[in-house]
Amino acid sequence: MADSILVIVEQHEGKLNRVSWETLTAGQALAAETGWTLEAAVAGSGVASLANEVAGKKVAKVYALESPKLEPYTPDAFAAALKQFIASKQPKLVLLPHTYQVRDFVPKLVTAMERAAISDCIGYKKDGNKLLFTRQMFQGKLAADVAFTCDAPWFVTFQNGAFRGDKVEAGSAAAPVETVNIEIADGVVRNKPQEVFKEAKQAVDLTQAEIIVSVGRGIKEQKNIELAKQLAEALGGELAASRPICDSGWLPMDRQIGSSGQTVAPKLYLALGISGAIQHIVGMKGARTIIAINKDSEAPIFEIADYAVVGNLFDIVPPMIEEVKKAKAGA
Amino acid sequence: MKILVCMKQVPQKDAPLKLNESGTWIREDVSYEVNEPDAFALEEALRQKEKHSGEVVVITAGPARAQQVLREALAKGADRAIHLEDSAFVSLDASNTARAFAAAIKDEKFDLIFTGLQSDDYGYAQTGVVLAELLGWPHATIIMQIETTDGGIRVKRELEAGYFQFVDMPLPAVLTIQSGINKLRYATLIGIKQAKNKPLRKVTLAEVQSAIGANLQKIERLYIPQKTKNTEFLEGPPAEVAKKLVEKLRNEVRVL
Repeated sequence: MADSILVIVEQHEGKLNRVSWETLTAGQALAAETGWTLEAAVAGSGVASLANEVAGKKVAKVYALESPKLEPYTPDAFAAALKQFIASKQPKLVLLPHTYQVRDFVPKLVTAMERAAISDCIGYKKDGNKLLFTRQMFQGKLAADVAFTCDAPWFVTFQNGAFRGDKVEAGSAAAPVETVNIEIADGVVRNKPQEVFKEAKQAVDLTQAEIIVSVGRGIKEQKNIELAKQLAEALGGELAASRPICDSGWLPMDRQIGSSGQTVAPKLYLALGISGAIQHIVGMKGARTIIAINKDSEAPIFEIADYAVVGNLFDIVPPMIEEVKKAKAGA
Repeated sequence: MKILVCMKQVPQKDAPLKLNESGTWIREDVSYEVNEPDAFALEEALRQKEKHSGEVVVITAGPARAQQVLREALAKGADRAIHLEDSAFVSLDASNTARAFAAAIKDEKFDLIFTGLQSDDYGYAQTGVVLAELLGWPHATIIMQIETTDGGIRVKRELEAGYFQFVDMPLPAVLTIQSGINKLRYATLIGIKQAKNKPLRKVTLAEVQSAIGANLQKIERLYIPQKTKNTEFLEGPPAEVAKKLVEKLRNEVRVL
């Protein structure tokens, strides 16, 4: 059997998670680099049409892994199904998006297969014959190139935004699709998931905001939020926050930016006292201009900022509000 | 309800990190603190014990300095602690860390094992789920609420983009806990005093050596990430910096 790369795309209720295209782009790049064959798989119940959608891209083959037990998602069923399938195909590389669902079943799957996953990668390097996968460490302050020291299949999960989903190459003709019926014995699935739901009505849609002033731990106390609010109002923007601020109840959950909150791409993202943990950055790195004010000169937020101020936000924001008001009055 | 909480000591959030000579890890001379999600996992275990009675046991792996995490947990109300003490534990991958924990608790009977959803140093987000698979237990990740039911527990999983899901599952089980599931408590003076007399079992590397193997992945190089953006740093007294920023907003960013 020729060496191959298997991309496992993610679907929810009959729709592909669009981060799947990013993983497919990564797979195409790695296939070009290694000369290995690129294949894809989608697991669920009634996923043939999704497999056909993937087959329109430049891949050698797409597998629809079918079992009624794969719907709704459970880690037990997914790990069992993928273990059977991957053990029979023996790809060199298995690529997945680093989603909450993947985080839920991949460590179980690789343990059952006596393999490992290098998780939450942002890229790869080829060093001679060796593949290295780059991941952020210490909340993005450092990066590491990580190699597998076990036999293939090697499992890699890629961070949201690591590759461009819109750059995925279309195929010259539709790739063949094969349905694989997976047997999952009774008793394998132990969890009983209920319906997926949204907690509260989103009062604000931050994805539509052109200007966002966002606060992090550096704001120190709830009463200081008012300062950020004044700046947001002066600029005509929306107020948002990183997770710890919403966890503390200082701002409602619907103002949270990041992997567990909203993903935004405004004209201006002004980060006040935000260190820039990975989970926050994935939610705002698409902003056109990022301004960061932070005391810690090594804060990872500065890695992605266009304009940076190392300093105390309580010194800088008050005169800034005045300057903005002046500028607006003069305009 | 007997609950084990897996905890980790990590460098403090704003601690400046320096690379070691071989460029494969950081130098040890930084300040450490408890991995934040693990603190929420401990708090949740203490709350479950207060509701259902039982025992809370905390476990960590790392050199002598890591004992601080266990002492703090005991002061907050954990009943006893297990310390896998050796600096070699720091460089174990998620798979081996879980194997070492499984070996250290093989004679115990827990109903639940909690971990934080990920660590602030490696950030693999794997150890808890690997441990569940090694033990043959069901698991659920990124948990925001736990209730007991007739046959087990009902947990609230956080999904992406503001979605949630309740999951019913049997015990024993492993749960990875999300930050913000509860409000953290502080240790009381009495708690700190009592902690000194609580049992802390030390486990050597030799005792769990047979359970762990070679790491399945290896950090070849650790480095300061290359900047992908040309960041312009604005300097000067606050009033001047504020002025410069607003000029940028008007002339470059064009939002004023």
